[in-house]
Amino acid sequence: MNVEVTSLPGIGVRKEFSLTKVDRRIGIVDHRDGGTDLIFTKIGDPDSTVQIPLSAVEARTLASLLGAPQLVAQLREEHRELDGVSTRSMLVPPNSPYASRRLGDTELRTRTRASIVAVLRAGQVLASPGPEFVFAGGDMVVVVGTNAGLDAAASILTDG
Amino acid sequence: MSGTALALIQLGAVFFGLGVLGRIAARIGLSPIPLYLLGGLVFGTGGLIELREVEDFIHIASEIGVVLLLLLLGLEYTAGELVTGMRKSWPAGLLDLVLNATPGVIVALMLGLGPTGAIAMAGVTYISSSGIVAKVLNDLGRLGNRETPTILSILVFEDLAMAVYLPVLTAVLAGVGFVAGMTTVGIALVAVTLVLIVALRYGKYVSAIVASEDREIFLLKLLGSALLVAGIASAVQVSAAVGAFLLGIAISDSTAHDATKILEPLRDLFAAMFFVLFGLSTDPTTIPPVLGWAVLLAVVTTVTKIATGWWAAKRAGASQLGRARAGTALIARGEFSIVIAGLAVAAGAVPDEFAALATTYVLLMAIIGPIGARIVEPVMRVLAGRKQRVQVDPLAE
Repeated sequence: MNVEVTSLPGIGVRKEFSLTKVDRRIGIVDHRDGGTDLIFTKIGDPDSTVQIPLSAVEARTLASLLGAPQLVAQLREEHRELDGVSTRSMLVPPNSPYASRRLGDTELRTRTRASIVAVLRAGQVLASPGPEFVFAGGDMVVVVGTNAGLDAAASILTDG
Repeated sequence: MSGTALALIQLGAVFFGLGVLGRIAARIGLSPIPLYLLGGLVFGTGGLIELREVEDFIHIASEIGVVLLLLLLGLEYTAGELVTGMRKSWPAGLLDLVLNATPGVIVALMLGLGPTGAIAMAGVTYISSSGIVAKVLNDLGRLGNRETPTILSILVFEDLAMAVYLPVLTAVLAGVGFVAGMTTVGIALVAVTLVLIVALRYGKYVSAIVASEDREIFLLKLLGSALLVAGIASAVQVSAAVGAFLLGIAISDSTAHDATKILEPLRDLFAAMFFVLFGLSTDPTTIPPVLGWAVLLAVVTTVTKIATGWWAAKRAGASQLGRARAGTALIARGEFSIVIAGLAVAAGAVPDEFAALATTYVLLMAIIGPIGARIVEPVMRVLAGRKQRVQVDPLAE
């Protein structure tokens, strides 16, 4: 993928690429003072873009949402042989009781027999997180277990 | 009432008044600079109330304001950005310089402001307000647009040109002879080059000298070094502002980010004092005679800035709409036009009409700029629509 990087002096850096199916560009503006904007070419004017400011948590959540399906598909493929075991991605919402708490505190494995195999944060995959791993709101977790166990895990991560 | 009590009351009233003005400006989506100038006009010589007790403070505060304005301008860019910006945008930058400085020179000469006034006015009409432009681009959601890097690189060129222009202006204002003047300019050019090289290669060492984990120590070291450098630069006639600007460039990376964060509120405070002082020292009764000229200059330099942006964006391959957006985005003049005018007025080298012309001009441009940038898209659509209708009509018959 050819990502075009443009420096915006005094503001930050812009990174974008062309979409193949539609004749548009999509990307982000990294502000020097920390903010991120999502940018997307407007219809009818190839030069101008829609600019959507994202907070740090929002950007992280979006990155996880985009990164999760591929990882889940890959894990599902690996577990295909095992009957009754499936893989699902779920969000740790910013208002979750476990946001900014340790993975060990959820006692997820004891309570549901399902296990967290990866966490997606800011577009990066953190594989096999240990009990000392600290969640942040907006993290996307990938969980492996039975369907009932996965349902229970989802409600634990959302409501405690 | 004691002098101190009166001074505190006056200063409090000025700050509070500026806060209210700033709020009004934010509400209507304008830069607060024109309102600060108006505030100064109201309270100054020939205005409603005179502020005698705090004059000394406002004077030194406004000097610090200029130093901080330029220091933060330097902090905004890395040396690398300045060098690449310069390399990429010099043709557009030169066109910008010629098209927009010339009207200032011509009007100043026609008004009889003399060669010194003409050189100062050239700077006032030339330089766009990077503060207003960057804010407008972000507010209107245009950071992703194709023409935006072109606009920003023109701003970079202008700001670098300031580093060369200010020492020239200072030399001219001081009325030193040709040889002494050229020496000053030479010193400034060497200093600019040296600082760029130092910043490119050894920026982290300069940063390390001022950097500190402790906020308080960091602030004191930063402010101390800025005032020291500005003072020394001023002593060798290079202009305090340029010294501060160069120090800002030399400080890099995370230190620069932290410095910007910590200094921004201070700059806003002291720069507001500077704008007020400029308004204070302008006699409102000198404005009506130059009003017509200021309006003419505003109209002409609006057109020349649009032409500059249009041409630069066209070179970068932008569509017509993008070219129009680039042109209108550059219209706003603001803080640095006032810095230039402030230097000229403080040196006492220009007639009273100069301050009146500069104030009125910047008032107009700081208002026209953001409005122009906002209405350009609908205006272009209407124009495009009309053209289309003309093309479609014959087919309908």
